[in-house]
Amino acid sequence: MQWNHKDLLDISQLSADEVRHVLVTAAYFREINSRPVKKVPTLKGRSVVLFFAEASTRTKTSFDMAGKRLSADTFALAKSSSSLTKGETLKDTALTLQAMNPDGIVIRHASSGAAQFLAERLECSVINAGDGRHAHPTQALLDALTLSRRWGGEFAGKTVLILGDIAHSRVARSNVLLLTKLGANVRLCGPRTLLPPRLDTWPVAVYSNVAKAAQDVDAVMCLRLQLERQQAGLLPDLREYARTFGLSPRHMALAAPGACVLHPGPVNRGVEIDSALADSAESLILEQVENGVAVRMALLYLYLTRKSPDAGQPGIPA
Amino acid sequence: MAENNNPQQVKKLDLAVRSALWLGPLKSHSKASNAKASQPDSQPGKLGQPSPLGKIKNPRGQLVDVLVARGRIVALVPAGSLDVHAAEEADARGLLLLPGLTDAHTHLREPGQEYKEDIASGLAAAAAGGFSNIMCMANTRPVNDNASVTEFMLERARRAWPGGPRLFPIGALTKGLKGQELASMADLAAAGCRAFSNDGAPVASTELLRRAMEYCQDLGRVVIDHCEDPWLAPGAGVNEGEVSSRLGLAAQPDIAEAIQAARDVLLAEYLGAPIHLAHISCEKSVAVIRAAKARKVDVTAETCPHYLTLTEDEVAGYSSLAKVNPPLRTKADVEALLDALADGTIDMLATDHAPHAAHEKEVEFDAAPCGISGLDTALSVTWELVRTGRLPFDSFLRAWTTAPCRRFGLPVNTFAPGDPADFLLFDQEAAWVVGPQTMHSKSANTPLLGRGLRGRVAAHFLAGKSIV
Repeated sequence: MQWNHKDLLDISQLSADEVRHVLVTAAYFREINSRPVKKVPTLKGRSVVLFFAEASTRTKTSFDMAGKRLSADTFALAKSSSSLTKGETLKDTALTLQAMNPDGIVIRHASSGAAQFLAERLECSVINAGDGRHAHPTQALLDALTLSRRWGGEFAGKTVLILGDIAHSRVARSNVLLLTKLGANVRLCGPRTLLPPRLDTWPVAVYSNVAKAAQDVDAVMCLRLQLERQQAGLLPDLREYARTFGLSPRHMALAAPGACVLHPGPVNRGVEIDSALADSAESLILEQVENGVAVRMALLYLYLTRKSPDAGQPGIPA
Repeated sequence: MAENNNPQQVKKLDLAVRSALWLGPLKSHSKASNAKASQPDSQPGKLGQPSPLGKIKNPRGQLVDVLVARGRIVALVPAGSLDVHAAEEADARGLLLLPGLTDAHTHLREPGQEYKEDIASGLAAAAAGGFSNIMCMANTRPVNDNASVTEFMLERARRAWPGGPRLFPIGALTKGLKGQELASMADLAAAGCRAFSNDGAPVASTELLRRAMEYCQDLGRVVIDHCEDPWLAPGAGVNEGEVSSRLGLAAQPDIAEAIQAARDVLLAEYLGAPIHLAHISCEKSVAVIRAAKARKVDVTAETCPHYLTLTEDEVAGYSSLAKVNPPLRTKADVEALLDALADGTIDMLATDHAPHAAHEKEVEFDAAPCGISGLDTALSVTWELVRTGRLPFDSFLRAWTTAPCRRFGLPVNTFAPGDPADFLLFDQEAAWVVGPQTMHSKSANTPLLGRGLRGRVAAHFLAGKSIV
């Protein structure tokens, strides 16, 4: 498959075939990652800027490792060391980075739409590593790789429950798009205070009771609960949240046989997920991390070796 | 008027504008009106093809002459019906006659943020955009909460545009717009403030708003309230709905406006005091206002061209140019506002002209300031609503002229003898593209940037003198 996209901003840009192509490519890199020598010369001489304007450890490390295993040179720019803290605008920071001629920029930013903002202004590839509440496409793709391996590549007819703070979650938004694109059914469950408005316009079923929501599902994705939601008045207290919306083995007993548990991390043990469940055989949390490196290798490879630039605007299609 | 305005007895006419197309009624001297009957060339239906009236509702289109002396209308008569001569003659064939418009809600940024706009450039945009009177909000730096700022504004206006457009400052309701202490409103009124508002920093305390309304009533001034529940509106600039949900943006629900509108009309009813509601954006607020008017509450309301023509879909590509407070809403809200403007529930139009420099808008969406630059585009945008039959011509006239002028005590031209000779010759076919080169405001922050509009002001007469 010829890869024509300049940027990865959100899953909505990709067709189902393109998603499958990413997963197939990632499976190949996953095999490389199991070799004693994990480095290949694929992107030798290419440079990738890791521009993380919001705190992140695992995603940044995952991209860094992905780039280095492909022999690309990676340059990390954290918010604390960047000019953003000196009052420089995002546009000026971006143009400054552009002037150094990188082949790609991986951006993490607290503002929804920040990745698109960069992509509209830069000639190099922009990979969205999470923008505000909007999108986290590489997380959704690594989740899909994890489920794909579990399910033998078959998503049609499967049902996935996404549980927790949907309103503030870019992981949830990207996963809804990706899972439905591959033919899975998606359920959402969380307290009303943590659900986004107008869910009637989303292709999902909405539940307020975890036991009902977990009935016969093939996978549950727990979302991290940001502890500041309680201070913002969206929750009375964490204990009550854990009791009402935390995922426990009793919920998994209601799920379909062989159902698995995912979590994008980092985990608040005993809050959104029972601690033992996170370590159980159903939990694929560490495999997600492993697949994350492979998916990001696949994406850096596809976007940095693309044959021709996008014909149209880099904006997100409706 | 005390002076004699019989056009045949006025010895010296200063200006005669000939053969303009006028869609409204004639209010001229009776003798002039009688003369019309013998002038078949100026009758409706003889305007040739294609009709310039298009789908305009209830057109009374006829060609007229505008006769002006000493800055005032002497008469509006059927074209060629009076054999009079003026010191200055203007040929208006092919152009539409409109009274000069009044904008009750602008932000001119001076003093303090002259890089966005200043009084000279704001008035230039007003002149070119067809506004003879504009009112400007108090959220300058320093805030217009004392008479010296008001006097400074008026002096800047006099120096830049001695012949108008006329500037009418709006005073701050509270000191520093902080919502804690009343501003010195008697001083401000004496210095020239025509109304009072905390626009830009909505009044959270209902008690304080009550006292401000009482105090203003003694001064014969109206309080203008920016209706926004400060606790229910965490994401100003985007409507809470389908688009915000998909994009993952903190958003403002329409009830943040409607709840405060309900508070305001209940206060006005309880106090027997007037209130004016700024930039109404949603159907729920319309329902609140309609119910209040049915109870004879002294409430007036404005909406803006962008709320009548654009929806939340403008934000879909994270376009910060469409970030405005209150936010663009839904198609249903647009339709409800158009109906409310037509039937008078919404009294007037205003631009909420809110210029911001390009570099301020060209940032990530969260960080962009709210506001749309509107003085240059408002007439073209709203005239398109008239042309397509969506907004009756009479409602258009009321909304841009008589309603704001009567509410805030400003000069208004209804083309009756003695009215100020503020009028426009409007070329409704002129096509133009919105951009920094075609706009007179310093800031081109509008979602219409790069889009084509129809209709431009060909001439603007203010008190009988050409300013454009």
